[in-house]
Amino acid sequence: MQIKRKAFIGVVSLVLGLTPMVASVSAQAAGSTLDVVTQRGHLQCGVSQGLPGFSNPDDKGNWTGIDVDFCKAVAAAIFGDAKKVKFTPLSAKERFTAIQSGEVDIIARNTTWSMHRDTALGVDFRAVNYYDGQGFMVRADLGVTSTAELDGATLCTNQGTTTELNAADYFRANNMQYEIVAFEKADEAVAAYNSGRCDAYTTDHSALYAQRLKLTDPQGHIVLPEIISKEPLGPAVRQGDNNWGDIVAWVHYATVAAEELGVTSKNIAAMGNSSNPSVKRLLGKDGTFGRNLGIPADWAMQAIKQVGNYGEIFERNVGINTPLGIERGYNALWTDGGLQYAPPIR
Amino acid sequence: MSSFTPTTPRPAPANTVGFVGWARDNLFATKFDTALTVLAVTIILYVMKAVFGWAIIDASFSGTERTACLKEVQGACWPFIEAKFGQFIYGRYPDAERWRVDLVFAAGLIGLVPMLMPSVGHKRANMIFLLGFYPVFAFIMLTGGVLGLAAVDTTDWGGLLVTLVVAVTGIVASLPLGILLALGRRSDLPIVRALCIGFIEIFRGVPLITVLFMASVMLPLFLPDGVNFDKLVRCLIGVALFSSAYMAEVVRGGLQAMPKGQYEAAAALGLSYWKTTRLIILPQALKLVIPGIVNTFIGLFKDTTLVLIVGLFDLLGIVQLHFTDASWATPETHITGYVFAGAVFWLFCFAMSRYSIFMENHLSTDRNA
Repeated sequence: MQIKRKAFIGVVSLVLGLTPMVASVSAQAAGSTLDVVTQRGHLQCGVSQGLPGFSNPDDKGNWTGIDVDFCKAVAAAIFGDAKKVKFTPLSAKERFTAIQSGEVDIIARNTTWSMHRDTALGVDFRAVNYYDGQGFMVRADLGVTSTAELDGATLCTNQGTTTELNAADYFRANNMQYEIVAFEKADEAVAAYNSGRCDAYTTDHSALYAQRLKLTDPQGHIVLPEIISKEPLGPAVRQGDNNWGDIVAWVHYATVAAEELGVTSKNIAAMGNSSNPSVKRLLGKDGTFGRNLGIPADWAMQAIKQVGNYGEIFERNVGINTPLGIERGYNALWTDGGLQYAPPIR
Repeated sequence: MSSFTPTTPRPAPANTVGFVGWARDNLFATKFDTALTVLAVTIILYVMKAVFGWAIIDASFSGTERTACLKEVQGACWPFIEAKFGQFIYGRYPDAERWRVDLVFAAGLIGLVPMLMPSVGHKRANMIFLLGFYPVFAFIMLTGGVLGLAAVDTTDWGGLLVTLVVAVTGIVASLPLGILLALGRRSDLPIVRALCIGFIEIFRGVPLITVLFMASVMLPLFLPDGVNFDKLVRCLIGVALFSSAYMAEVVRGGLQAMPKGQYEAAAALGLSYWKTTRLIILPQALKLVIPGIVNTFIGLFKDTTLVLIVGLFDLLGIVQLHFTDASWATPETHITGYVFAGAVFWLFCFAMSRYSIFMENHLSTDRNA
């Protein structure tokens, strides 16, 4: 997130100058985003230029990850076919322009939802598909199990980023001693931590897990559960098309609701006969939810069948059985003490 | 009178000929030389041992995921390169269509190799093939969509393919454009001269990264909704314009070096401006600046890596992209990847450099050379 913030100051200054023009261009837009997408025959989805577990290519070059699966779910909801999506890798600098200019219909690019971005950049954030935040990684043999025990620690991090600032604020607020060793690049910081230069390495939680794999002995290091900053990552759409935003938001909620209700891609056929009214509404057997959104009645069913519910998506891409091995933590359902919560479908 | 029979000459002392002699002369001539030699050999051996140990002895050579590269003492992670090799060359170009890329590479080689060898004739036909037929052929084969070939989006191109497409387009476009700009800058026509100077100074005055960024981020905002230029095309145009500005200055250096007598002699023969330029000036001027031209080519070839910032994946970009595959993340993965990318770039640049030396010698009319 740190790189994004820096880059984004550049984009902001650039965009602010162009806002009147952007507005006039958007006004000319022929028809709604949904119409454009349906007519084109596929969804155009902006993803990152490679972030483990969120959007990264496999050996065959196919995109995989949480953000990728989210776009596939949207495609499944609209077309009944999760394959009708194309991915555009976007750098941090160009992502907001890409959505404004209509080059992509949606960005699912581990982008932090902040008030400034939501209100000033012509984009709308509609859901949070990963609650991220800054955390700490330490050696397991240090015996530390919580950030509260890090008093007097030496921290490795990247230079000139908000990460450095967040850490300083946190330690000061808790009256703890610390020393920061900042490096130009993430790789250098990780190498320094690996060589024992620091007691802890700090950056965003999801990145900690990814960086851990680059250590000589990944098993010998643990990521502390606490998060000291808020980085809610979620999909964003172009401002001004509420229906399209609704579709994006409710596809996410449908995957969360499906997990709450125990509907998975495996048992969805059997669940189709369920008499539970919530399940019936989710799967389009009851109500006019699909029609209200302007997409087929079985929108949620297709998304879950072809991509999976939120839990399945999480476990498949970043979960405990993947090399990343991230625990659900804040991304658990609200019923399990997490933050993932879907408004009722009714 | 007995005739003089010279005795057979005795061989030179064993320690002055062959390797021993050479070594005595060059490596151990004085105490200081000996010390330097010993020091240099020690350093070379030390570095070689480290490189050899990393690249071969401690390296992994087979495996299908990260566990193959997690030994106690781990060197290079070659299975990573092996698993991703197709990606590094073709990017996300569909497996079933990769033969088309191979065919374009092969046709390029067939056209280029005889072109580069001065001893092979039919240069005119070769030129027509390379500059007329080949670009069209490559375009049709790579993008498809006609003649029953499946269309392949340029967003699916990547790796060495993109590097070569960008570099070759830049190189081929920059030389003629650069020559025209250089001539324009030295022209007597004020408007032509002003335009050329303006173009050259603007493009030389901004970094390539800015040109690419403008083409990728600013341009779409000015275009009406739904009108979308292909990103790769935007980059190709940006790179071509940028490198032609540099080329123009290199060529101008050659033009500047032409003695006035050459122009006057041509004028005395009654040659027109274009004939003077084509027959007298350019052949001599370009020969003079071959090192500069090749230098620009090599710089351009390496600058292609900048297309990464606009979301295109050249060789280096795609190597970096695959570092993010968690199933291959190890402490050695990115080192191995960078070494691989570096080696490929070095190979191309070194080949260009050697060829330029060959051409300089071949074209040299200096009898003392």
